[in-house]
Amino acid sequence: MQFDSTRPIWLQVMRELEISIVTGERGPGEKLPGGRDLALAYSINPNTAVRVYQELERAGLCETRRGLGTFVTSDTQRITALRSEFAHQTVHDFLQQLQRLGVTREQAAQMILKEE
Amino acid sequence: MLESREVTKVFGAKTAVDHVTMKLEKGHVYAMLGPNGSGKTTWMKMAAGLIKPTSGEVLYQGQPVSIASRNEVAYMSTEPYFYTWMTVRDVGKYYQDFFADFSMDRYQALLRRMDLTEELKTKALSSGMMAKLKIAVTMARDARVYMLDEPFNGIDLLARDEIRAAVLEYATSDKLLLLSSHLVEEMEAIADRAVFLLEGRLVENVDLETMRMERGISMADRYRQIYGHTEG
Repeated sequence: MQFDSTRPIWLQVMRELEISIVTGERGPGEKLPGGRDLALAYSINPNTAVRVYQELERAGLCETRRGLGTFVTSDTQRITALRSEFAHQTVHDFLQQLQRLGVTREQAAQMILKEE
Repeated sequence: MLESREVTKVFGAKTAVDHVTMKLEKGHVYAMLGPNGSGKTTWMKMAAGLIKPTSGEVLYQGQPVSIASRNEVAYMSTEPYFYTWMTVRDVGKYYQDFFADFSMDRYQALLRRMDLTEELKTKALSSGMMAKLKIAVTMARDARVYMLDEPFNGIDLLARDEIRAAVLEYATSDKLLLLSSHLVEEMEAIADRAVFLLEGRLVENVDLETMRMERGISMADRYRQIYGHTEG
């Protein structure tokens, strides 16, 4: 994975994992790689990998079970909420780009409906 | 784990290291950065116990570095240091005789990963292969501190990935790794701290993720800020 070195790397890896959770690539309750394996898989510092799991846990997206490892949350509502967060963000970015092009929200809505 | 207290090294008229005070803690991978002549190699050699500071001291676990600490500090210098008649296997045996913590199994595993075979003669190695061999033989020690001076020099892109993987594998919470390199980008993701030296002096010892978060800059950006005006 190519990182943007001007932004925290833990944030970028966290986003990758979030996307894999939202798309179902990693299902609810699925076991995640251990911290060291995550570090090796992404070629990142082990402390950065630890931070990724701390932040995912804080966001309610994974849980660590002592002695067993880290798992994707089984709370499907939380996953649904994240999906809609991502969707809203995508729409927001999309509208901002169209606004720069001088396209109104109404025109944008029309364009979406017409788009195959 | 390693502490540098007002460490100064003077060679004739040149002050190579100038009152460097810093603490390097276990559980971190440090990038040591600075242009040629900024004191990286000299500082590492003092921390490895190979040369003595003119003044000040380097402490390992609270004690001045010594012959004893050399057993726990693995250092890879930039200079070639194998006899030309040696094969890759001989290099391993040579190290095994020297260092009690050298593991032949680990050496062989590293060689496989680096695509080196034991029958190869060191004099037949390309500069890239030689660089990989130096890393393999250094990382095959079960040391507490690894100091690698310019590990990415002369190494192609694919082999750099292998070196990064080897470094990360041994970067556990009880060890300290210190890598110097001009190839700053190679170390952005594997290092979590950076030490910047300028003309022998310590500029900064920073946490990289905090720097990205608070200042929105990469290690390479910081490098340009510090050295841009000196290198022109």
